[in-house]
Amino acid sequence: MNIIEVHNVSVKYIIGDFKDIGIKEYLIRKFKGQMPITEKWALKNITFNIEKGDLLGIIGSNGSGKSTILKILSGIMPPTEGKIIVRGKIAPLLELGAGFDGDLTVKENVFLRGAMLGYTKKFINERYPDIISFSELKDYEDVAFRRLSSGMKSKLAFSLASLVRPDILILDEVLSVGDIAFRKKSEAKMKELINSGITTILVSHSLEQIRQICTKVLWIEQGKMKGIGDTDTMCKQYETYMNNK
Amino acid sequence: MLQILKNRIATYHFVFSELMKRDFKKKYKRSILGVFWSMLAPLFTLLIMRMIFSRFFGRATPYYTTYLFTGIIVMTYYSQTTNSGMGSLVNNAGIFSKVNVPKWLFLFANIASSSINFFLTLALYFIFVLIDGLSFHLNYIFLLFPLLCLFLMVTGISMILSALYVFFKDVQYLYGVFLTALNYCTPVFYTPNIVGKLSWVFYLNPLYLVINYMREIVIFSRIPSLLYHIGFFAYSLSFLIIGFIIYKKYNYKFLYYI
Repeated sequence: MNIIEVHNVSVKYIIGDFKDIGIKEYLIRKFKGQMPITEKWALKNITFNIEKGDLLGIIGSNGSGKSTILKILSGIMPPTEGKIIVRGKIAPLLELGAGFDGDLTVKENVFLRGAMLGYTKKFINERYPDIISFSELKDYEDVAFRRLSSGMKSKLAFSLASLVRPDILILDEVLSVGDIAFRKKSEAKMKELINSGITTILVSHSLEQIRQICTKVLWIEQGKMKGIGDTDTMCKQYETYMNNK
Repeated sequence: MLQILKNRIATYHFVFSELMKRDFKKKYKRSILGVFWSMLAPLFTLLIMRMIFSRFFGRATPYYTTYLFTGIIVMTYYSQTTNSGMGSLVNNAGIFSKVNVPKWLFLFANIASSSINFFLTLALYFIFVLIDGLSFHLNYIFLLFPLLCLFLMVTGISMILSALYVFFKDVQYLYGVFLTALNYCTPVFYTPNIVGKLSWVFYLNPLYLVINYMREIVIFSRIPSLLYHIGFFAYSLSFLIIGFIIYKKYNYKFLYYI
């Protein structure tokens, strides 16, 4: 049974100098017919399936649409065309600092961010000691979040997302943060998650990391699917492509 | 339909309350007076306005203090809530562009925390009503109606404003000017008969409908007509409906402008 199905998804972006203009400017431009808006297909006809327990790596050069496909899968953005079917709870970690509020304490933030991940108060209460100890922030529970270093913030975010046991975990280049000790810890945690059957989708530029962790790889280049298949094959194809550029 | 609503509430009530707590804490984090400021501000306005205007309008208006205060608390609630609600999408863009929490939750949590402030001011209001020499009576239960309509209106208008603000940043300045004009066009410190035959114009102002209803009940213990109720409710609801339509229609576009 596929845990995620992506059917012919395409995403169109509007780009141009249209943000931050006021009403006056907008009306003037409209009147003169000078709207500098172009449409760009960030993704075109993407179709693939993910099975439960898969560890999918997504690779592709910058601007290829990797982050966009993650946003579609997380439900943050609806596709312009096509549809997706997701059969499970998703924990998207697209930006480790997102959802946290600098003014609130670490403890308050755990509850806020945990709520955003879709968990109940009771659940977070139960898991709270584990979350704090995994992220090694016991002494900082009542410190304002903005006072933490970026490494500490990342630890907390990862701890929260991985300890709340989603069905599907989505990571956008977030495994390369923290000191070596934490990286070892998070890699060990990732392996534990894999074995417990959590489906994971990972975007990374480090082919070494992809080779180490992923069971399947999807290659997206300039919005189009170049292929999906086993890790070794896809990585080799990608490397050949990059070397020939 | 009800089931969908129940499901939504069940899914989102924890995030909603956490967001509300967040808004509340951020607002009063470093202030000395804290929550009391939201009560003191309308009170100061009342005292100043009373001092200045009772000479001109206070003579002909019974219970002028209550008359004034009713207008002040409604206008304050309206201005603060819509202003703060206007920014709720743009200010939380960093979150909903990376986390799948529905955008409208941020707006509603914002409105909810502003409304809690309002209830505190209401408590103060009723104290002043007593001081002014009026007494409570059973008809006060009808006050729930204008408050409900006010709430629907504020929600709808905040939805419209927050959507517009995503697309046009100068909406905040235009709205500021609009609010100033609105404050003067609503009979807070003056009475409607100041324009004589044209006093019906004020009924076009939905905020006046709220204030007038409250004054009728609190000062004169009179319940407005059925026509008033129907028109008022329809008017308030229309703002909410327009707000929903705008959100539904332009929801997909928000992310492009963030």
